[in-house]
Amino acid sequence: MSIENTIREQISSNPILLYMKGSPDQPQCGFSAQAVRCLMSCGKRFAYVDILANPEIRATLPTIANWPTFPQLYVNGELVGGCDIVTDMFDSGELQTLIDSVELQG
Amino acid sequence: MTMQASIEETLRGAMPLEWLEVVNESHNHARPGTQTHFKVTAVSPVFAGMGQVKRHQQLYALLSQQLQDGVHALALHTYTPQEWALRQGVAPASPDCMGGGH
Repeated sequence: MSIENTIREQISSNPILLYMKGSPDQPQCGFSAQAVRCLMSCGKRFAYVDILANPEIRATLPTIANWPTFPQLYVNGELVGGCDIVTDMFDSGELQTLIDSVELQG
Repeated sequence: MTMQASIEETLRGAMPLEWLEVVNESHNHARPGTQTHFKVTAVSPVFAGMGQVKRHQQLYALLSQQLQDGVHALALHTYTPQEWALRQGVAPASPDCMGGGH
């Protein structure tokens, strides 16, 4: 599978997906750490991809998404934004509402 | 020209701005003395009717050269004049960088 298709498959099959530097337990960047904190506070399971461990994804996703930096949060296949937008939405309660609306399988 | 000046000049040339602040935050981060981390607060009427993702995509596109030239953290805070008035002119703080993966 091409790397583009791999990414599209990840985004379409994970209703809440965070592309980040490091892992939620050990984020490697303050911006990723902040996005993780916001997401965790919303109380729902989410998938993540560590782009430091996946250099091809790190190189390719920005061109697909038209978004050059990380983290990137996807909900129901749509780009929600990076750290700044996620934090603003968390502060305003919009993120909680959005995450609450997601139906997880299984 | 400093990176900060380059970012300011590019944005001022591209859209009407009621407020623009570009802060070099590199000193808070992994590499003191460098020009890698910036925070941009931009207030413009052109953002009206655009979602946050589109606003950020527009600024990223305008600043693609700077991103290629070494800027790798760009905190963006984009408001319409009305939204800025509601915030009473205060943009959020950036998180501390942890120095990994740069």
